[in-house]
Amino acid sequence: MSTTTPTAAEPTTPVGKAADYLDQRTKVGVLTKQLVRKVFPDHWSFMLGEIALFSFVVLLISGVFLTMFFEPSMALVHYENEHPASMQGQLMSVAFASTLDMSFEVRGGLLMRQIHHWSALVFMAGIVVHMMRVFFTGAFRKPRELNWLVGTMLMILGLLAGFSGYSLPDDVLSGNGLRIADGVIKSIPIIGSYTSYFVFGGEFPGEHIIPRLFTVHILLIPALLLALIGVHLFLMVLNKHTQYPGSGRTDKNVVGYPAVPVFATKMAGNFFIIFGVLALMGGTMAINNVWNYGPYDPSPVGAGAQPDWYMLFLEGSLRLMPGQTEIVIAGYTLSLNVLVPAVIIPGLLFTFLFVYPFIEAKVTGDKREHHVLDRPRNVPTRTGLGVAFLTAFIILALAGSNDLIATHFDMSINAITWAFRILFFVGPWFAFWITKRICLGLQRKDRELVLHGHETGRIVRFANGEYIEVHRPLDEHERWLRVNYEAHAPLEIEPATDARGVRRRGYKADRRWQRLSRFFFEDRVEPVTPSELEAAHSHGEHDELEPSHGSPELVSGSRSVEQEH
Amino acid sequence: MSANQNPQGPSGDLTPHDSEHGALVQADRFPDPGVHEHKPRLTDTDPRSAKRNERLIALLFVISALGTIASLWAYFAVRPDGTTEGVRLSTIALGVTMAISLFGIGIAAVQWAKTLMSNREYTEERHSSASSAEVREAVAVQFKEGAEDAGIARRPVLLGSVGLALALFPLTIAVPLVSSVGGDWNVSKFRHTIWGKGVRLAYDPSGRLIRAADLTIGSVAHVIPDVPAEERESHHWITEKAKAVVLLVRLDPRDLKRDHREGASHDGIVAYSKICTHVGCPVALYEQQTHHLLCPCHQSTFDIADGAKVVFGPAKRPLPQLPITVDDEGYLVAEDDFNEPIGPSYWERLK
Repeated sequence: MSTTTPTAAEPTTPVGKAADYLDQRTKVGVLTKQLVRKVFPDHWSFMLGEIALFSFVVLLISGVFLTMFFEPSMALVHYENEHPASMQGQLMSVAFASTLDMSFEVRGGLLMRQIHHWSALVFMAGIVVHMMRVFFTGAFRKPRELNWLVGTMLMILGLLAGFSGYSLPDDVLSGNGLRIADGVIKSIPIIGSYTSYFVFGGEFPGEHIIPRLFTVHILLIPALLLALIGVHLFLMVLNKHTQYPGSGRTDKNVVGYPAVPVFATKMAGNFFIIFGVLALMGGTMAINNVWNYGPYDPSPVGAGAQPDWYMLFLEGSLRLMPGQTEIVIAGYTLSLNVLVPAVIIPGLLFTFLFVYPFIEAKVTGDKREHHVLDRPRNVPTRTGLGVAFLTAFIILALAGSNDLIATHFDMSINAITWAFRILFFVGPWFAFWITKRICLGLQRKDRELVLHGHETGRIVRFANGEYIEVHRPLDEHERWLRVNYEAHAPLEIEPATDARGVRRRGYKADRRWQRLSRFFFEDRVEPVTPSELEAAHSHGEHDELEPSHGSPELVSGSRSVEQEH
Repeated sequence: MSANQNPQGPSGDLTPHDSEHGALVQADRFPDPGVHEHKPRLTDTDPRSAKRNERLIALLFVISALGTIASLWAYFAVRPDGTTEGVRLSTIALGVTMAISLFGIGIAAVQWAKTLMSNREYTEERHSSASSAEVREAVAVQFKEGAEDAGIARRPVLLGSVGLALALFPLTIAVPLVSSVGGDWNVSKFRHTIWGKGVRLAYDPSGRLIRAADLTIGSVAHVIPDVPAEERESHHWITEKAKAVVLLVRLDPRDLKRDHREGASHDGIVAYSKICTHVGCPVALYEQQTHHLLCPCHQSTFDIADGAKVVFGPAKRPLPQLPITVDDEGYLVAEDDFNEPIGPSYWERLK
């Protein structure tokens, strides 16, 4: 023994012996050395991604339970079981019958179905809010652009996972959803009809779609999701987590709690809390009671039927497009009324997500690594674009519920649809403009605070009769939070011709990037510099720098702590 | 890892700027004040508070264990009798007790981490995400040596042939798959339904035949073609029904402005395909006063009295009309199949 481990002391405890056994064969010590006390920054918004991750774990656990009882077959049977009474003797697919069976005959089966469905909704919601956090804080900047791409692909896979699972019970509601999907597929030019046959194994609905979706739902997509989640987390550990700006946080360090014990314990606790919330939802909130809809039949359809929330934007997009846009070219039908809302609009939305980090890197000309997050106000154009994107998404989702809005508020569906058609174009533009203005306003407020301090409400009267309010200067931590950022300026490019008057290649492309860069950084608020603060404190120069601010300030020496973060 | 240390210089946080604009004015920046001083929590300074939290955390774990026991009790004691109410009660009992079991662990763990584990922050250095220049060079040399060992540069024939073989072999899987995955690939089936001359109209889903005289003005019927009852239990039928469903309305003949298909109506009775020309939902909502037919999925609205033309929404084309008449026994009967493909548009629809 001592010949193989010359340096280590002989382990005596059982744990030590086990570790020694493992390490002699795997060198696992090298890996764990890096991980056990690895530092993770702490912030509530870093839990959003965990919501998605842990919902996925719950999806796997509840999903395994469901596969034990679900039969993905479209063979037709008459329902034999006693309950639910409304379904007795009805002709239905084996898939639908086994869904009823696992809900009514398997104890805890309905709970698992409902937990699974709620987890899927929360999984997608977790992904979306996590993406919002990453976007608005600029966490996608170098070196994390690739992980942003992985994350965006995870989001799209999540959509597919949700849609394929939603369709499995073979009920009327999901069947009509599949039929809409078939209509969308058929609208694809040239290959649409054949793609429909490819998916359904013949004409809609055929007898293959449920088994095919089952394989997609329980094998292909989960395998891809697991692999990409692995890549996502590996890159997160490799790059080390980003941290919010603050005193002592730099691009060269990471400040936080060690993985063992604090971070790991909090993370494990978070898992159980999220699982608990999902169990509570699954136990108390009914979802997708398919026996109320009945087995799939091509004839009936329910009014006020909405897809799961993450599909609403597609539904709304389909509802808004006017029908006149279906055109015929040389005898071939081009259904732009379906193609544009169901393929091109989501295509544009996803393309924006995929390319944004690279566009921003190009217009800033910034090639450095960034590990300290941006405060959203300090990047007004990005924040504005993000809010505009969300506005478009939300308008489409609301448009997907226009029938419910019409019936709940007793309004004309036609008027609502027209309002959303206009809002889809005006809303994001307006949201961008107002968000950018708010960001610039907040930045100016920060400047104001740094230069003049907090208002104390303490009024002092001088001997000469002048009244002033005492301002208390920010402490160094408060100040650092407000000055520790960079206001990017628009790109500067080389001139069109060189010294000898020869036209430079690539000038036009540079010029276009410069224009885009101007759109981003034309309006900006620079952080306060020490000399500006100096000037603000000395009375004479102060009036020159800040002509809008009339009264001189008395800076009191009060050092009472008023932390904002 | 090192305990907290303040950064060295005034701008120790910033790597040198390597773009031409916005060079940093190193001098005129505020210095980083460094991380906040560590402030002890109540549990760090007051042993009684720490003890209290310890007891609380232990209690939460015990609550979790009790939740698990309650969950087992719920499983064995709250037996669903199979009715919806019974299943609902069992689901609530199992779900709530499971949630208690999970919340107990989760909240206890978070409370433990927040109150009793050290809350001292640590600072760890980051290193560049890139490999060093030496490593890159070594890798480049390795690849170069590998390529030389393989002799790729000297043997272009091999490079071409390996590319050919690799590009072709997936066909051994793709061709059998693609040839079978779409069934018979005969997309011209979109054009036809099982309607035809002499096929009687029947109520959906009962299959009862429809007598024209039984329909009062303003009445609506969901219609399927009359086929033997056993055929309606086959899978083939669902696919055929998906194309053949019809919505039948009897209008006052004076209200009927025109047919979509010349002479297709019979005495004010019109029969239109129930499959929306937008993306194929069943168009099921009929508004008697306006003669409007609304698709509940995307709100395409068709005017039944005016050739089913689109009056609102995302559909472009009118619904195809089924030509109907009355046979000798007074039953409604189709005169022909639809004369255009039903349902959503597709590329070769008009070919």
